[in-house]
Amino acid sequence: MSRDRTLPGLAVATLVLLGVAAAAPGWMVFTLVVSLAQGLVVLGLMVLWRAGLMSFGQSLYYAVGGYTVGLINIQFGLSNALLLVLAAPAVAGLLAFLLGFLLARYRDIFFSMLTLAFAMILYGVLVKSSTLGSTDGFSILTPSFLGPHPGPDATQRLLTGLAALIALLAAALVHRYLKSTAGHLATAIRDNEIRVEYLGYSVHRAIHVKYVLAGILAGAGGAIVAMAIGHIDPEMAYWTTAGEFVFVAILAGAGSVAAPFLGAILFVVLRTYAAQYTPHLWHMVLGGTLLLFIVFLPDGVWSLFERACRPLKRRAPS
Amino acid sequence: MLMIKRKYRDTLRALVRAAALGLAVAGMVFCTGTAARAAGDVKLGIVTFLSGPAAGPFGIPSRNAANLVIDAINQGTLPAPYNTKGFGGATIDPVIIDEAGSTTQVVENFRNLVQQRHVDAVVGYVSSGSCLAIAPVAEELKMLTVFYDCGTPRIFEAHSYKYVFRTSATATMDNVGAARYLKQMFPGDTTYAGINPNYAWGQDSWRDFTDSMKVIEPKSKVTVALWPKLFAGQYNAEISTLLINKQQIIHSSLFGGDLTAFLAQADARDLPKHSRLVLTTGETDMYTFSKHIPDGTIIGARGPYGVFAHKSPLNTWFRAAFEKRFGTPPIYTSYQMAQAILGLKAAYDKAAQEAGKRPDQDEVIKALTYLKFEGVGDAVDMALGNGHQAVTEMAYGTYEYDAKTKTPKLVNIVYFPAWCVNPPPGTKAVQWISGGMKGAKCQ
Amino acid sequence: MTTTVAILVDGAVYASWLFLVALGLTLTFGVMKILNIAHGSFYAIGAYAAASAVGAYVQAGLSPAGGYLVMAGAAAIAGVVVGYGLERGLLRFMYGRDAVLVLLVTYAVFLILDDVMLLIWGANPYIAYQPDMLLGTSTVFTLPYPNYDLSLIAVAAVIGSGLWWALSRTRRGKMLLTVIHDREMSTFLGIDVAKVFTVTFTLGAVLGALGGALTAPIISVQPGIGAEVIVLAFAVVVIGGMGSIVGAAVGSLAAGFAHAAAVHLFPQAELFVIYALMSLVLIVRPQGLFGQAQPRKI
Repeated sequence: MSRDRTLPGLAVATLVLLGVAAAAPGWMVFTLVVSLAQGLVVLGLMVLWRAGLMSFGQSLYYAVGGYTVGLINIQFGLSNALLLVLAAPAVAGLLAFLLGFLLARYRDIFFSMLTLAFAMILYGVLVKSSTLGSTDGFSILTPSFLGPHPGPDATQRLLTGLAALIALLAAALVHRYLKSTAGHLATAIRDNEIRVEYLGYSVHRAIHVKYVLAGILAGAGGAIVAMAIGHIDPEMAYWTTAGEFVFVAILAGAGSVAAPFLGAILFVVLRTYAAQYTPHLWHMVLGGTLLLFIVFLPDGVWSLFERACRPLKRRAPS
Repeated sequence: MLMIKRKYRDTLRALVRAAALGLAVAGMVFCTGTAARAAGDVKLGIVTFLSGPAAGPFGIPSRNAANLVIDAINQGTLPAPYNTKGFGGATIDPVIIDEAGSTTQVVENFRNLVQQRHVDAVVGYVSSGSCLAIAPVAEELKMLTVFYDCGTPRIFEAHSYKYVFRTSATATMDNVGAARYLKQMFPGDTTYAGINPNYAWGQDSWRDFTDSMKVIEPKSKVTVALWPKLFAGQYNAEISTLLINKQQIIHSSLFGGDLTAFLAQADARDLPKHSRLVLTTGETDMYTFSKHIPDGTIIGARGPYGVFAHKSPLNTWFRAAFEKRFGTPPIYTSYQMAQAILGLKAAYDKAAQEAGKRPDQDEVIKALTYLKFEGVGDAVDMALGNGHQAVTEMAYGTYEYDAKTKTPKLVNIVYFPAWCVNPPPGTKAVQWISGGMKGAKCQ
Repeated sequence: MTTTVAILVDGAVYASWLFLVALGLTLTFGVMKILNIAHGSFYAIGAYAAASAVGAYVQAGLSPAGGYLVMAGAAAIAGVVVGYGLERGLLRFMYGRDAVLVLLVTYAVFLILDDVMLLIWGANPYIAYQPDMLLGTSTVFTLPYPNYDLSLIAVAAVIGSGLWWALSRTRRGKMLLTVIHDREMSTFLGIDVAKVFTVTFTLGAVLGALGGALTAPIISVQPGIGAEVIVLAFAVVVIGGMGSIVGAAVGSLAAGFAHAAAVHLFPQAELFVIYALMSLVLIVRPQGLFGQAQPRKI
C-alpha cells in the first residue's frame, strides 16, 4: 500500500497559496479567495458525494454563512474576520444539525430535491425581507483583524491568507475523517446500506454527520465570500448558486481533499477569462469547456493528478 | 534512512509540481497583464446585460447607444456642445462586458476589468444590486465609475463616495412623479392597486408610490398589492385578483418582457377597461408593442428620455442616428447610457482645458462633481450625494394610439422640475416622502 | 365566491401550463433516469420557434387559423432536431455513467443552448399574441378569460391522456414500460433499448418544445425563460412522483392551485409557495405523491 502524501502536499500547497496571497496582483488574490471559499463548499459536497448523496441546496448554508456575517455586522457592529469565520459555520452547522434529522432519511434524487426546496424557501424569505435590502442585499463591513486597520489591499490579502489557512485546516480534518472508520463507511453506504447496518453501524447517524460537516463547510465558504465581495444578497441561496457547486464538485472529482480547491480555482479562472474575453458568449465557452471535462475526464480533474502519480506508486516499493 | 529519503523525495516532488502549477498561472498573468495599450487612449469599461432577460429591454439598447455615441465622439461628429474629438482629445477604446451572473461574478468581472485590463474608467450597471456591490469596490480600487441606470437611492444616502457617480436620477422621482401626475390629471381616482415584481426594485417602487399617495392624496386607498416573481411571464391569477378588486388605478413597475406579457394578458381580459394603468417604465414598450397598450395608460420613462426628451440638435441627431443604425428608436436606457458617456466627456473636456494636458483621474473627478451638463434629453445636475448623484426633471404622459397612421403618441405630457420630485440634498428619499415632501419646488 | 372560482380557473390554467412542461421531463426521467436540465432549453427553443414562425406566417397574410398548425409544427420540428441530435451526438455516450454526471452534461448543454438561442434570435423579446387574441374571451362567473388560456386546459388533458394511453395500451408503449421497470430484462426480451432511449428522449424534447410553443402566445419570448421554468417543472415532477404521468398531472394541479390561492389570498407567499408545497409533500411522502418507493437492496 502506497503511503499517504496528502498532508505534506497540502502543507506545500498552502505555502504556495500564502505566497500568492502576499505577492500576486490584486485580481489574482481576489480570484483565489473566491475559489477557496467555493472550494470549502465543494469539499463538503465531496463528503456527501462519497456516500452517494448530492445536495442541490448547499447554497442554503452558503447564504446562511453570508447572512450571519451581515447580521453580526448590523446587530453588534463586529467585523473581526476571525470571529466571523467561526460564527458563520457554527450557525450553519446548527441549522444543518436540525434539518439533518429530516434529511438523513432521504436518498438519491429525493435528497437532492428536498435540499433544493429548503434553499429556495430561504431565498423566498430573504427576497421578502425588505429591511435586509431584499434582492439588492446589503454591504458587509470591511473585515478587521487583530490590530489596526491595514488598508484595503492588505485586508484583501490577509483575508485570502486566512482563507488559505482555513482551507488547509478543513482539508486536513476532512482527510482524517475520510480515513477514519466513519469516513470509510461512505463507500459502503453508497454501495449497500443494509449491509452497513448489519455490521452494526447507524447509516442514519453517519449521513447526519456528513450533512452537518457539509453545512459547516458551506457556512465558512459563505462567510469568506461575503467578506471578500463586501456585499451579500439572496442570490447566494438561489438554485443556480447551488448548481455551480455541484458542477465544480463533479469537475474536480472526489479523489482527494485537495481536488475541490483545484476544481474551484480552475472554474473561477475559466469563468473570469470567458467573461473578459468572450463577453457575448461566455455561457457557451463555460458550458463547452465543462462538457469536454465531463466527457473526457469523468473522474474529475483530480484523476489527471492520480494518473501522473501512478508510475511513482509502482516504483515506490522497490 | 530509506524512509527519510523517500519522504524527502515525495516532498520534493510535491514542491516541483506546485512550482510548475504556479509558473503556469504566473505565465497567464504575465500574458494578460502586459497586454499592449495604445498610448493616449482612454480605455473605457462598459458593463451592461448582454445575456439573460434584462438584455433585451436594457442591455442591448444601452450597448448600442454606447457604441453609437463613442464612435461619434471619436470621430468628432456629435452636435454642440460635444463637437470636439474624444475625451479631452483622447480616443475612447471601449471594453464591453456582461453584467449577467451572480453578485460574485459581477464584482469579479469589475475587479478584472480594473486590475487585469487596466481600464481608465467604467460606465455601467443596470441592476441596483450590482451598483450597491460595486460602489465600495470602486472606492477601494480608486476607479472612476459612473453608474448609468440602477434605481435605488440607497447608494449615496448611506455612504459618501469619491470615485463613484450616477448620472441618472434615482427611482424616487418615478413614483413621486406618478402620484403627482395622477393628482393633477385624474383627481377623482383614489382607489389603487399595485402589481410589482417581487424584488428590491419592485418593493421600493411600491413603497415610494404608496407613501407619495398618502401625502398627495390622503383620501386614497390601496385595494391589493401583488408580487409576481421577477420574470414570471404569466399573470392570469394576478389579473383575476385585479378584476375582482375593481380599483381605479393600477400601479406597476414591471419592465421589459414582464411588462409586455402583463399588458397582453391584461388587454385580452379587458382589465384596462376597469382600471387605469400607471406604468413607470412603460416607454420601453411603446414602439415594440404599440397596438396592445390601451389608450389612456399613463406612461413614464424614468426621466426626460425617449419621447419625453426635449427637442435639441443633440436629441435630433441621437434619434436619427440610432434609428438608422439599429432599426428601432432609442428607449430610455439608451438615453441613460448616452447621458453617462456624455457626462464623462463633459468632465474630461473641462478637466483637460483646466489642466492644459490630459487630465489625471482626480482632475476628472473634480470636474464631474456638481457638474451641470447637457444630456441627450435634458439638462443633468449632479446635485445630490455631495455632487455625485444626478437629478433631472421627470415627465409623465397619457398614451394614445393612432390606428390610422399606426403611430403611438403621448398626450397631456407634464414635466415636473427636478426639485419637485427629488429630495433636497442631505435628506433621505424615504423620509422626505413620508415626511410630506417638504421643500418641494414644483413651479 | 368569485375569488374561489377565480382560484380554481387560474389554478387550472397555470396547472395545465406546468403539466405541458413537466410531462416531457417526467417521461425522460421515468425511462432513462436522466434529470434533464436542458429540458428548459427545449421549452425556450419551442417558444422561439413558434413565435418566429407565427410572426412570419402572420406577415405573409395567410389565414390566421392555420397559425396554430404552423406554431405546433415549428415547435415539433425544432424539438426533433435538437432532441434527436443531442441524444445521438452526445447523451448516448454517457449512458451507464453516474446520474449526477449525466445531469451535469445536460446542464452544460443548457448553458451552451442559452448562447445559441441568443445568437439565433437575439436579445429582443419575440411577441406572438395573434393566436391568443384570435380566439376571443369567455366569461366565467363575471370574470373574462381568454379562450386560448382555457383551451390550454383541454390541450394539456388531451396530450396527457394520449401519452398515458399510448404507454399503457399500445404494444410499443408497453415495451417502454418494460424498459422502465427493468432495463436488463428488456434487453433479454429482445427490446432495442438504445432505440427506445432515442425515441423517448426525442419525444421528451418535442413535448418540451410544444410546451414552449403553446406558451409563446401568452408570454413574451425572451432570453432566460428556460431557466425560469426548469426548476418549477422539477418541483412539479417531484411533488407528483418522478417518472409518473399521473403524478405529473396531480403535481401540476397541486402546484397550480397553490400558486393561484397564494396570489389571491396571500400575495406575499407567491414566490416560494410551490417549494413549500414540495417540501411538505416530500416530508410526508418521500417518493412524491405517485412515486413508487424504491425497495432497499440487500
